[in-house]
Amino acid sequence: MAVSRRSFLLTTSIAPLALHVPTAHAAPVKVAGIHTVPVENAWNSRLHTAMREADAAGTIGYSFSESVANTDYPRAMRQYADEGAQLIVGESYGVERDARQVARDYPDTAFLMGSSGGPDGSNFSVFGTWNHEAAYLTGILAGFVSKANVYGAVGGYPIPEVNRLIHAFRDGGRETRPDAKFLVGFIGTWFDPPKAKEAGLAQIDAGADVLFGERIGTADAARERGILSVGSLIDYLPRYPGTVFANAMWYFRPIVDAAAADVAAGNIQARDYSEFSFMKHGGNDIVFDEGLVTGEAVALMEEKRAAIKDGSLEVAITDTEPT
Amino acid sequence: MSEPLEILLTASFWAAAVRIATPLVFGTLGELVCERAGVLNLGIEGIMTAGAMVGWTSVYMGADLWTGVLLAATCGAVFGALHALLTVPLGLSQHVVGLGVTLLASSLTYFSYRLLLPGASTPPTIEAFQPMSVPGLSELPLVGEALFSQTPMTWLALALILVAAYVLNRTPMGLALRMVGENPQAAEAQGISVNAVRMTAVIVGSALMAIGGAFLTLAAFNSFFFTMVQGRGWVCIALVVFASWRPGKALFGALLYGLFDAYQVRLQHAVAKEIPYQLFLMTPYLLSILALILMSRRATYPQALMKPYRRGERG
Repeated sequence: MAVSRRSFLLTTSIAPLALHVPTAHAAPVKVAGIHTVPVENAWNSRLHTAMREADAAGTIGYSFSESVANTDYPRAMRQYADEGAQLIVGESYGVERDARQVARDYPDTAFLMGSSGGPDGSNFSVFGTWNHEAAYLTGILAGFVSKANVYGAVGGYPIPEVNRLIHAFRDGGRETRPDAKFLVGFIGTWFDPPKAKEAGLAQIDAGADVLFGERIGTADAARERGILSVGSLIDYLPRYPGTVFANAMWYFRPIVDAAAADVAAGNIQARDYSEFSFMKHGGNDIVFDEGLVTGEAVALMEEKRAAIKDGSLEVAITDTEPT
Repeated sequence: MSEPLEILLTASFWAAAVRIATPLVFGTLGELVCERAGVLNLGIEGIMTAGAMVGWTSVYMGADLWTGVLLAATCGAVFGALHALLTVPLGLSQHVVGLGVTLLASSLTYFSYRLLLPGASTPPTIEAFQPMSVPGLSELPLVGEALFSQTPMTWLALALILVAAYVLNRTPMGLALRMVGENPQAAEAQGISVNAVRMTAVIVGSALMAIGGAFLTLAAFNSFFFTMVQGRGWVCIALVVFASWRPGKALFGALLYGLFDAYQVRLQHAVAKEIPYQLFLMTPYLLSILALILMSRRATYPQALMKPYRRGERG
């Protein structure tokens, strides 16, 4: 087939537009996810996976864009709103003000953003990432598996959502080892696995024999040196068998289900959905490898887990930078 | 002795420095070869990303590790050929072409990885190169672990420095390469094809850069992520200037950077927490800038760097 320059340009410029039109789903709520990074990145993968599950379950129709730069983020929000998305899910950490402005311009669209700020106007809802309860439980197990009683932690940046995990992990460790020694290192990027691994190795050199890996790459250091490690957000057990003994899982499904239900009921609102991150709503929980921890440790951990679920135990939230 | 000083005496600290330096050694050497021939290659960041992806994907699909390295190098050479074609015979702006190659290589990498592994939430892993010990040598104090308990790719990087230094300074081929970067007219008068030498240099240099990228996915880590090169390519460009376009100094510069980085990550938990961690993260860059200022005072850059050569045109 002969392709003229004009027809080539025409098709190549129109095709992406056609591809961007959200496909029709039987699902009642059209949800658009806008991710600033590739969907493999730990945090975004939690959103992405949960929304794909909800799509498969038929409660939402999910389309998404990934690697959207912050400078382009408001444009992507507007585009999805114009195309008829009913609920736009994403992260406004880098565009708090602009994202709120977009929400004001589209009062009939619901927005649900991971945010450091609060809800805004009539339709800008937010959620926090709260898996500190699970992190606390992993700390309890860590107290039993450590011999040196020195615990490392590698984080991206010391923002509240990272700090509270490291503090909760430490609180868990102190339940049985009040004299525990804790190390912490930040790598100044969300995503550099070789660098996170180097930070982990440095802590092992300094005596740590359990690492709390807030960033991917930390467990690789643990595996290389034959010590144990804890993961966060996603399930690292299959990836690091024999190294990662517990994970502080975070589940986005309760949040998106609650928000989609509100939209389906015609109830567009500005709400803080963070509470659905809590363990009693199934928003975070521990998964662990029974082969790597003792029954005694599991018994204590399960006792605390039940207490968190029934509300009799509240895990402390400390947002200051850990030292 | 205080803890910050004790760190300097631990073998694992020196081993970490060499490990961190390895991808930079490949990248810096690749950039150096291009620039000695007179071509600035800003495609490095994208070529490293592509190399990281191709190396990892080949191994994931069943190739052995060294084949992965070879395929990564081939991929780098292809992007190098594109860069060379545009900048050497066509004489286009080296800045624009380089950045274009970086954008193209990163985006193509992204695109093809998505096609190969759609919907992976956590990228799968491979069996990466493991640190190996050389019997006898690995037991030496300090240098033993630093040099002889590394992955074979680190040894390859160190060997390539020697090879590059020898070829550049002691062979007719190296002389031709340096000549087209200094005075292409003179090279032409000697019967050397300036374009052919420059293109070969860019292709070989780009292959080296891609191997540097592949180190990240085949030795430093065992999965591929799009953003994992994290500016290491740009660091290499600075290191070439730091090295005054000499392979030996390039190794020194990369090691220095590795040392600073390995040191800061240890200092973070070794010294009092009153000092913000950002200051530690800054140190490798701050010290690199400082070293750059000191070194560049005596830098002699290739005279024909970034000047396209057209036959018959007066220099």
